[in-house]
Amino acid sequence: MGPLAELRGITKTFGAVVANDSIDLRVLPGEVLALLGENGAGKSTLTRILYGLSQADSGSILVDGSEIRMHGPADAMAAGIGMVTQEFSLVDTMTVTENLMLAGSGLGRVNRSAAKAKVLEAAARIGVAIEPDAVVGTLSVGERQRVEIVKALFHDCRLLILDEPTAVLVPQDVAVLFESIRRLTADGMGVIFISHKLHEVVEIADRVSILRRGRIVADVPAEGLVPAQIAAMMVGSADPVAEAASGDVVEAEALATAVGLEAPGAGVAAGAGVGAGAVAGAGAGAAAGAGLPAGELSRSGVLDIDRITLAGTGKPLLDEVSLTVRAGEIVGVAGVSGNGQTELVSVLCGMTPASSGAVRVDGADITRLDVTERLRAGLGRLTEDRRGSVVLNLSVEQNLVLEDLDRFRTGPFTNRRRIKEHVAGLMERFDIRAKPGDPIRSLSGGNMQKVLLARAISREPKALVASQPTRGLDVGACEYVYSQLRALRERGAGVLVISEDLDELLGLCDRIVVMVSGRIAGDVRAAETSREELGLLMTGMTAGAGAHS
Amino acid sequence: MKILLRAGESRWLAPAAVLGAVVLTLLLTAGPIRLAGANPVAAYQRYTINPLTTPGGIGDVLLAATPLLFTGLAVAVAFRVGYFNIGAEGQFLAGAIAATIPGLYLPGLPAALALPLAAASGALGGLLWGFLPAFLKRRAHIDEVVTTLLLNPVALLLVQGLLNGPWRNSETGFPDSDRYGAGYTLPTLAEGSRVHWGFVIGLALVVVVFVVMSFTPLGLRLRAAGQSPGAARFSGIRVTTLQFRSALVSGALAGLGGAVQVLGVQHQLTASISNGYGYTGVVVATLGALTAGGVLLVSLLLGDIAVGAQNASIALQLPTQMGAIVSSTLLLAVVALLAARRYRVVLRRPFVRRRSTAERGDS
Repeated sequence: MGPLAELRGITKTFGAVVANDSIDLRVLPGEVLALLGENGAGKSTLTRILYGLSQADSGSILVDGSEIRMHGPADAMAAGIGMVTQEFSLVDTMTVTENLMLAGSGLGRVNRSAAKAKVLEAAARIGVAIEPDAVVGTLSVGERQRVEIVKALFHDCRLLILDEPTAVLVPQDVAVLFESIRRLTADGMGVIFISHKLHEVVEIADRVSILRRGRIVADVPAEGLVPAQIAAMMVGSADPVAEAASGDVVEAEALATAVGLEAPGAGVAAGAGVGAGAVAGAGAGAAAGAGLPAGELSRSGVLDIDRITLAGTGKPLLDEVSLTVRAGEIVGVAGVSGNGQTELVSVLCGMTPASSGAVRVDGADITRLDVTERLRAGLGRLTEDRRGSVVLNLSVEQNLVLEDLDRFRTGPFTNRRRIKEHVAGLMERFDIRAKPGDPIRSLSGGNMQKVLLARAISREPKALVASQPTRGLDVGACEYVYSQLRALRERGAGVLVISEDLDELLGLCDRIVVMVSGRIAGDVRAAETSREELGLLMTGMTAGAGAHS
Repeated sequence: MKILLRAGESRWLAPAAVLGAVVLTLLLTAGPIRLAGANPVAAYQRYTINPLTTPGGIGDVLLAATPLLFTGLAVAVAFRVGYFNIGAEGQFLAGAIAATIPGLYLPGLPAALALPLAAASGALGGLLWGFLPAFLKRRAHIDEVVTTLLLNPVALLLVQGLLNGPWRNSETGFPDSDRYGAGYTLPTLAEGSRVHWGFVIGLALVVVVFVVMSFTPLGLRLRAAGQSPGAARFSGIRVTTLQFRSALVSGALAGLGGAVQVLGVQHQLTASISNGYGYTGVVVATLGALTAGGVLLVSLLLGDIAVGAQNASIALQLPTQMGAIVSSTLLLAVVALLAARRYRVVLRRPFVRRRSTAERGDS
């Protein structure tokens, strides 16, 4: 049986950067190929080329053995290639059927009932229930994704590219998605599955291809692979199996821990009587996920969110959110995106004034303070929109001191020498790989996050709000971010982590709260909960329903 | 053939674009100059080189550049923070009006009092003319491009109204104001030259703006606010406040320019006092990349061409408008090529396999 689709020698450069370097890749019928790689490894470029969104500099694309010319997605669809990206392309105000009719060829008579039948047929094919007359805006994220898949199937798609399909889903929806994928591959379809969540990869993939620096560095059957091996391959050892067998296994485990997986070595030993002393002492041993026991309720709250409400049009975006983060504690906020997390971060960071309620940092009320005063009060911020948190046209150095300019002032003038020293220190301490004068826009996501970490952490905040701190980062950078957040906790700060990655929250946090519809719907200890319980809470079930097993 | 967005940008590209724009301008304007019956090469020499060959010519260039220094700086200061003040023309006129008030009503003041008073009055007039749009922008988010632009003809009508009404010349009856008191004359830099101290004031302001933008925390904040308002706000920079203040400073600079022009050159208010300096200021600031040094260079260049155009109109029988055509073409060419440098043109070629994996020797 020949490959369904084959990429031969695909090369794509952007200026001096080689995004794809002579890549060969094949997808067989009925196969789930997991395409993995750190950020910037070239995954998006490759899938964009395969879907006709950009054109390779050289190389060829073959479908069913014959070469096709890709000038745009229309050519890809005609050849039977479909793609579902993280951003959906549905019109919210139209029904499912109308959306799918849009996707069909434009001219001709509108045949609603035939289209509806086709929707139902496609839904049955992937084993889900879709209401053809439902308005898309009323559907959940998981349901919308199913509509997107159905839309791809409308074009007689035989190769489906799923770009981080689980990033926006609750675990229950992930299970449904995986079932759909299995049905499709049983039909002989090929699927390219992109994800950063390695346990999902080992669950669903038949084969794993790993990209590093624009080249395929591994193309192996998924059978028998464990996440730690994949993680090791992603960050750069040539022979994963040999490495896993040798002394480097520790590193692989650390990496697995970094991505929120269970590492056999990381004991729960810290659980018992570490007590308050841990705040001062535990600096070094904080590698694994267990962290401090969050036992002492007496410890004061360094970040105290008191009945914060943010009015929206209609129902409030934030509805009496109360939450306390204590010194030496990392609290996670879980939830399906769009349930008030972004608004909460915006209110805490001083970008949006709350309608009512109060926020206190280390006892001081910061509700009415502006950004500069909040920073001075001991608040640190790390937001999900990295590129929106820096001035892209300014240099690394300028961005590093932008919030602290008054500290580097002599009379009315900037003290360049002190800035240089300060920046050199930060770049060394946070391992920022760039020159101080480089424009910050030229930095990779990981490096940019290090700049933001450096800016936030160097002022030793008492409370740090970190929103999606590792989104889009590669394994190595993720681990770095985690180690910095943990170190900050060991130094006695409180950290609030808002994340859509449950593995991350489970691995990093002491306590996890769940947000649903702008409210806190659950508050559980990370050590005593499970993905399933969190998933239930995230869907809006009451806390009692997800009893511990 | 395809046009693609460039991923990165090399250092030499912007200077190369400007150089290309100059060449393009020469090519494009050669036709009209030829049609007007002159030799293009001779015309370019008149436009650019000739004015600089005599001390008098240099003086004329500096004199022509003086109002542009003020309006160019005014526009640059506002644009840099993301406040698009197109109203330097009106603010320039308001400054001229405001400087005229003491000139007419306190004619007896000695120069040591008269000049600072008239200059301050002019700056205040420009500031007040710029205040309303800035206030509306800050309070109600009303687009300043529209409001500042629309206030320009209002200012011109105000000038004309004053000159045809209360300020009509008492001797001639022409719509020009009376001449100011003797103390209201900016001294010239050298005996026999028309270049006055206004040029030095403008030069000093260029230095001040340069120092503030490059060496103070305020300058970095202003740049951050202009380039990325969201990120600046996130970093605790009060973007709208900075924009508001810059708008007022911008108005004051333009108004001071108007004051300097009446005090240094005309010594009376006339309806043609501005000659479009405010609008040219937008050109100066844009071509000068919104930097103080750039404003200085472009002011001198445009002054050079303006003087050269008068020169050429006499020597080569070219209409003086040809100078405006040359500088306008230059502006369009620079703006177009600076925008075009972000793209690259790729000639489509068939896909070729450059290297096979077998040749590369890895699996």
